[in-house]
Amino acid sequence: MGEKILMKGNEALAEGAIRAGCRFFSGYPITPQNEVPEYMSWRLPDEGGTFIQAESEVAAINMIYGAASTGMRCMTSSSSPGISLKQEGISYCAGADLPFFYANVVRGGPGLGNIAASQGDYHQSVRGGGHGDYRVLVLAPNSVDEMANFPKKCYELAFRYRMPSMILADGILGQMMEPVEFKFEPVDPKSFKEAGWELGLAAGRRKRIVRSYDLREGELEKINAARLKKYREIEEKEVLFEAKQCDDAELVVVAYGTSSRIAAAAVKMARDKGLKVGLFRPITLWPFPKKQLAKLAEKSRKFLVVEMSMGQFVDDVRLAVCGRIEVDLYARPAGIPSGEETFAAVEKSYKSMTPARAAAPAKTAKPKGKPGRPRKKPAKKAGRPAKKTRKGGRR
Amino acid sequence: MYQGIRMSGFGGQGVISAGILLAQAGLLEGKNVSWFPAYGAEMRGGTANCSVVVADDEVSSPIVSRPDTAVVLNEPSLAKFEPMLKPGGLLIVNSSLVNTKPKRTDIRVALVPCNAIAQELGTIKIANMVALGALAGLTGAVSIEAIAKALPKVFKRAKPEILELNVKALKKGAEAKAE
Repeated sequence: MGEKILMKGNEALAEGAIRAGCRFFSGYPITPQNEVPEYMSWRLPDEGGTFIQAESEVAAINMIYGAASTGMRCMTSSSSPGISLKQEGISYCAGADLPFFYANVVRGGPGLGNIAASQGDYHQSVRGGGHGDYRVLVLAPNSVDEMANFPKKCYELAFRYRMPSMILADGILGQMMEPVEFKFEPVDPKSFKEAGWELGLAAGRRKRIVRSYDLREGELEKINAARLKKYREIEEKEVLFEAKQCDDAELVVVAYGTSSRIAAAAVKMARDKGLKVGLFRPITLWPFPKKQLAKLAEKSRKFLVVEMSMGQFVDDVRLAVCGRIEVDLYARPAGIPSGEETFAAVEKSYKSMTPARAAAPAKTAKPKGKPGRPRKKPAKKAGRPAKKTRKGGRR
Repeated sequence: MYQGIRMSGFGGQGVISAGILLAQAGLLEGKNVSWFPAYGAEMRGGTANCSVVVADDEVSSPIVSRPDTAVVLNEPSLAKFEPMLKPGGLLIVNSSLVNTKPKRTDIRVALVPCNAIAQELGTIKIANMVALGALAGLTGAVSIEAIAKALPKVFKRAKPEILELNVKALKKGAEAKAE
């Protein structure tokens, strides 16, 4: 702790996982995340852990199912096409309530795509990804330092709620080098207490079963209902985000991961030109900071979503604000915007804010009123528009 | 201060290592730094390059698309990076290998015979250090002392006399002038 060291994102991720207590890794190579298994292959044995280069992604994730069933901290990682292959296994882990940690160092897609950075796996990550009704905890780092420190958070959440957790990174975060400071002491796996569901030596105790199915009538619904309750609790308690210069912002740029740091540069340029622009960055993508965005929508005039995909992340932003505020989109599917390009998008979005919207006090007052009487209020407050409607009615 | 740097040359000339060294030196001086390699479909004999940012502010994108400074150690790199430079930017050219003269008039150019200087010092392998020295001297992004301190951190297994030779190359490079 304390000293800053220069590390590659993928290596920081691997080291962060080991320091957080990971002692089993299985994976299969794919660019741009190859440094993760490479690092694990020499570093894990040093710590008495096990590294396996599996024969395929499918094998790797099923080894994780086995390792996670014993309650140990295990990990797999891959990049987009490889993560797709792992989805069935991830769904099984979610179905069996198994905690484990994985990372997707996203590359361009669909298909084989390319090996550059992209944010095209957003939907896959935050909607579960495999078959069936489930979620995984998704953390989105935007620096190598966070790549190093988030695995610990991921393990803590995964074990607290008995479910898979993941880091959604991209080729830039995986390949770049930046100063890193591990902000925690290495965790000793021997210090973990048994929770009571883990498989292992069964002599002298009642049997335990880890499985992702229940064929008895009505039982699966009960299990899923309990899981839903757990998800609701997570949405209530575990949201992480960062808001910069949002207090007086008329336009709020919303971005996560790599695009959030590029957006930060654009926001700085905008502030230098006197434009009131802020930055909102979700750190957990599931649970999504819905409430925080909805609150922000009450005091700002417009949102601009910046994402390195066609418009996936923007869906969640729009759902969160529920039509209360205009949400623009600057989408770069499998492209990496520069700060200047992003600033151009910010300026365009800012200048196209209609003065009428800003002047309408009804907009900001609306959420304060009780629901159920929306018709009366605008009529009372905004005299002019009401008259116009009447005139229109006469015609 | 925000220096976006692109370093480029043949695979084997040491541009990737020089970039890491530059970032490490910046870190030792308490700056914000990033290093990002080109990791496309690279091939033997092809051109390798990396982006380095050394800044007082936060580093936004680690991919430098409009460099303040470009270091080109071979001919193909000149064609690729000269047009990308910001107006007023600095172009450091390894004149031992690059015969073409830069065309732009809105940039500063330093023609440094990196290979020849390196050869004079004893080995052509340190041509990248000559170029890095020139970059440090001309931009002030990092000091030669910081790079010297960073050397054993990056090249952990290098012998002391080799490190010393690298420092000599850095100092020789730092004498370069730009027009």
